[in-house]
Amino acid sequence: MLTLTDISAGYGSFQALFGVSLEVKLGEAVGVIGPNGAGKTTLMRVISGLLPAKGGAFSFEGRALTTLPAHRIVAAGIAHVPENRRLFPRLTVEENLRMGAFLPSARRHFAERLAWIYELFPRLEERRRQPAGTMSGGEQQMCAIGRALMSKPQILLMDEPSAGLAPLIVDQVFDLVRRIRGEGFTVLIVEQNVQQVLEVVDRAYLLESGHIKLSGAAAELARNDDIRRSYMGI
Amino acid sequence: MDIYLLEAVINGVLLGGVLALLALGLNLIFGVVDVVWIAYAELVMFGMYAVYWLTNVYGWPVLLACVAAILFVALLGVLVHLLIIEPILGSAPINQLLATGGLLFFLQSLATLLFGTDFRNLGIRLPIIELGDIFISFSRLLAFIVALLGASALYLFLSRTFLGTAIRAVAQDREIMGLMGVDQRRIYLITSAIGGGLAGLAACLLMLQYDVHPFIGLTFGPITFMICVLGGLGNMIGGFVAAFIISQIIAISGYYVSIEASYVLAFVVFIVLVLIRPQGILGK
Repeated sequence: MLTLTDISAGYGSFQALFGVSLEVKLGEAVGVIGPNGAGKTTLMRVISGLLPAKGGAFSFEGRALTTLPAHRIVAAGIAHVPENRRLFPRLTVEENLRMGAFLPSARRHFAERLAWIYELFPRLEERRRQPAGTMSGGEQQMCAIGRALMSKPQILLMDEPSAGLAPLIVDQVFDLVRRIRGEGFTVLIVEQNVQQVLEVVDRAYLLESGHIKLSGAAAELARNDDIRRSYMGI
Repeated sequence: MDIYLLEAVINGVLLGGVLALLALGLNLIFGVVDVVWIAYAELVMFGMYAVYWLTNVYGWPVLLACVAAILFVALLGVLVHLLIIEPILGSAPINQLLATGGLLFFLQSLATLLFGTDFRNLGIRLPIIELGDIFISFSRLLAFIVALLGASALYLFLSRTFLGTAIRAVAQDREIMGLMGVDQRRIYLITSAIGGGLAGLAACLLMLQYDVHPFIGLTFGPITFMICVLGGLGNMIGGFVAAFIISQIIAISGYYVSIEASYVLAFVVFIVLVLIRPQGILGK
């Protein structure tokens, strides 16, 4: 279980998160929804160790992670698909996947995991020798998810996987999320696309200006009048 | 074709090999760590002294001395990173230039203090190869072949291994390397060791052909930077190509005019090309 307790974080004198607490149980899919600038990406960056927390603590399966650098957090079983995918544009698709398996524990199983990712996303195998930066947005998202899965994480963090993609591709990306859930992965997903994300997660938190405003089962939040009005345009 | 011109062209190609090796090392470090080691050729100088000292003073076999010199300069590379680069990694590029520039003067003075200003060489005379009417120095040919082997080994390492791929990846997106489980600091140290090792290899090859003295770095340093900028700073393939362009300019104009004029001409061509393509011939 991933547990965040009273996490504060920010950049310089700007504070983005104020005492955020949340938890994700193994096997669950949890969403964090909220408007632009609410601190969703900051939250993900704190969990994956890219940004040190200024206050509070978080742990995974009882192990304290708060002060660990990013490369140690991946080793603890948390992989992060960053906002805007952040593939290595001039490396090929397969080289990007190789980077996802950089950890010694993953390197040993590189061949079998590569075969597994190619089975999951046949499109990536077709494009394996192509520089990742030359693919379409949807394919790049596939590659970014594949790269994160190469470390066989226990939790997959996904930051705005649908951002910047055409509507048709957004549907495909949410299908990908469903398939990853189907593979038994625990997922924590941050999205602005509230309607669709609530269809794929079990529970969700509403983050506004750095505070958790609401939390509950996805179906419940989808019926909440405030959320429907503010985030679903209904 | 004039037989002497052909000889000049061949010598130009052979010279290009070692220059390409130097450019590879400098470009690798710039591309990955994002810092220009102004004192790169001074590390080469220390490598040359290492080869000289081990063979001529301690009587080591040349090959063993070369291996030791490569490891020694690789260690120097790691020290340069730890002592000079790492503390100022986040500061302005101009400060980094000043720091590695300061290192250049420090190393030159240190060498003068330790070794004096004498010109020293290995005292080995390698044979001259005769191909019909063309004379080729065996030491240059050897230097060229080993430089190409070194460059190929680097290429294979960067393209085939996890670590090599990570080194290329850092140059494309520094920030997210941690998400791949990569310790960026470790990558910087390894890259600095490889950059130093390449300088050490170049030192061995240059020691076959030249005398070492505390200011030998001035002979190769500026021209290596020129090659790197011409090829697009950080672009390893560009630097490789530019090394052969510059060495040909030097060799051919050296044949038609004079060796002194050839360096002047090389810099003129450099200035003109950089005015036309400031991003380098293969830069983006």
